[in-house]
Amino acid sequence: MSALRVRLSQDAAAIALGARRVADALAKESVALTRVGSRGLFWLEPLMEIETARGWVAFGPVAAADVPSILDAVRNGKGHPLALGAIEELPFLKKQTRLTFARCGTIDPASLDAYAMAGGTTGLKCAIEIGPEKIVEAVTQSGLRGRGGAGFPAGIKWKSAAEARGPKKYIACNADEGDSGTYADRMLMEGDPFLLIEGMAIAGIAIGATKGYVYIRSEYPQAIAAMTRAVAVARDNGLLGSRVLGSAHEFDVEIRSGAGSYVCGEETAMLESIEGKRGQVRAKPPLPVHKGLFGAPTVVNNVLTLAAVPTILSEGAEFYRDFGVGRSRGTMPIQLAGDIKFGGLFETPFGPTLGELVDDIGGGTLSGRPVRAVQVGGPLGAYFPRALFDTKFDYEAFTERGGLIGHGGIVVFNDTVDLLKQARFAMEFCAIESCGKCTPCRIGSVRGMDVIDRIRTEPDPLRQISLLRDLCEIMKSGSLCALGGFVPYPVLSALEHFPGDFA
Amino acid sequence: MNRAPQSWNTERARALVLRHREREGGLLPALHDLQDEFGFIPDAAIALLADVFNISRADVFGVVTFYHDFKRAPGGRHVLKLCRAEACQAVGGEVLARDVHAQLKTSWNETTADGRITVEPVFCLGLCASGPSAMLDGEPVARLTPEKVRALVEALE
Repeated sequence: MSALRVRLSQDAAAIALGARRVADALAKESVALTRVGSRGLFWLEPLMEIETARGWVAFGPVAAADVPSILDAVRNGKGHPLALGAIEELPFLKKQTRLTFARCGTIDPASLDAYAMAGGTTGLKCAIEIGPEKIVEAVTQSGLRGRGGAGFPAGIKWKSAAEARGPKKYIACNADEGDSGTYADRMLMEGDPFLLIEGMAIAGIAIGATKGYVYIRSEYPQAIAAMTRAVAVARDNGLLGSRVLGSAHEFDVEIRSGAGSYVCGEETAMLESIEGKRGQVRAKPPLPVHKGLFGAPTVVNNVLTLAAVPTILSEGAEFYRDFGVGRSRGTMPIQLAGDIKFGGLFETPFGPTLGELVDDIGGGTLSGRPVRAVQVGGPLGAYFPRALFDTKFDYEAFTERGGLIGHGGIVVFNDTVDLLKQARFAMEFCAIESCGKCTPCRIGSVRGMDVIDRIRTEPDPLRQISLLRDLCEIMKSGSLCALGGFVPYPVLSALEHFPGDFA
Repeated sequence: MNRAPQSWNTERARALVLRHREREGGLLPALHDLQDEFGFIPDAAIALLADVFNISRADVFGVVTFYHDFKRAPGGRHVLKLCRAEACQAVGGEVLARDVHAQLKTSWNETTADGRITVEPVFCLGLCASGPSAMLDGEPVARLTPEKVRALVEALE
């Protein structure tokens, strides 16, 4: 009898929930174990999959002590209390459209062979064949917009960089995923790192860049390790180097670690940081596509933007564009977080409502308490009440309601949340993380905390609230970047939708 | 797992820093290596970096003090980074942090009296669907309770 094939996640979240002990227990058994990324069903981690005549079946959440009984059950065709059935049939996965995350959780992320066997590198081969101009055209036609938060059309950015002149050009991948409630970049880098490398190589060929940097936050040591390993494998196998896949194109990638600064997720601060300087925001113009890293034309894209590109090249721009609604095309890996029953990564075409995502997909709160508020788009995103749960998940629909989708994170809060406290935290966070370059952000955030504190202590809260609104207006219009400029979103939305908390 | 900080050694520091001299933007990787090796960035390191990268000490100082990861004073033998961000707040992160500080008699960025453990805030570890979460010496831990943290801390040397 051949050894059972077993998959176990080595994603940071699985490790945080005890996957190492499960792996140790599996090492004592005669099984063929593959460590994979996460499927993104975090309430089931550590998740273990075993290949059977019925396909891959899942068990979770698994503790080390469960391993012998699970293997026994599979070998003897018996049931098990942790058995979940065929993994692909789980409703949370079945309802998804996984383009970017199709492979994540199914392959060894360090194996380029496994990546290629599962369809990887097809996009890059197509890109080499059609050449720079047609790559840019395909990305433009696909309707892909920046997944980091700003939603800028990727094709237009690439075209500008392709037309810019310079002896050297760069691709700078923003993997400084600092927004609370988001983990898609981390999951992808840990679970399918070659996809990002492939996307960067395509971008490099498109604009004529020979070097790419991936700036990964230091809070993600597992992602840094996975990407570093994948880059080395890619170089050894000619996916990176002086002749990418045997073509005339040169492209190499280097991994850089952040150093615990949130504002370095802002594109110009990130460029400063890669250059070895303080992560202070640059005034724009000049735009990075004209004068970016080390003064050279640079495309700065988020992990998910670059990782969407290989699919666009291999399947065609129309295929990608046919998903989604309005001006939000393709799929978005939405991340459900906070007090949520089924927390995890849900990749779907744009368009489901907030209510569908939180109540139907996410199953409401883990605590069992009623949902009172959700914050969408990280610490600079708006707080939405249940009354706005009919908002469709797309860029424009959120903007219309005074919010933003940001990097696609949804943090669910139950009825014990105090929105005045959350508004104060937004200001405190901004004060801690401000780069200090512009006054509205540096001083405004500290003043914001003071004013919010006084709402509950001073006899005339309305006067303080009016001051707070005034301050938010100044921060919105006067800040250099999105940190000071967007912190009014959580503050004003809390004030507008939960006025009772500010009395 | 991160290893315990070593005591300052100029030769070792110079060797670490020189590896990054020719790199584009080598100052940050050099600082990371020094921080990992010695647990903080002493004045001697600032002078060394200024010399190797041919920039002013003020420039180096400016970079060191900008980033939360680089410390100007030694910390404990272990570092516990507790997540303070919204997704962990939504599942009781703040209450957990209060309990941890009460257990260890610390507040943010303080080290226990025996020098064993430093407690730092961190704003998101990307474990947002399984909070409250933390990182102990580089190892992620999730779905924390006061009891779980107590057991983790007790297991440290």
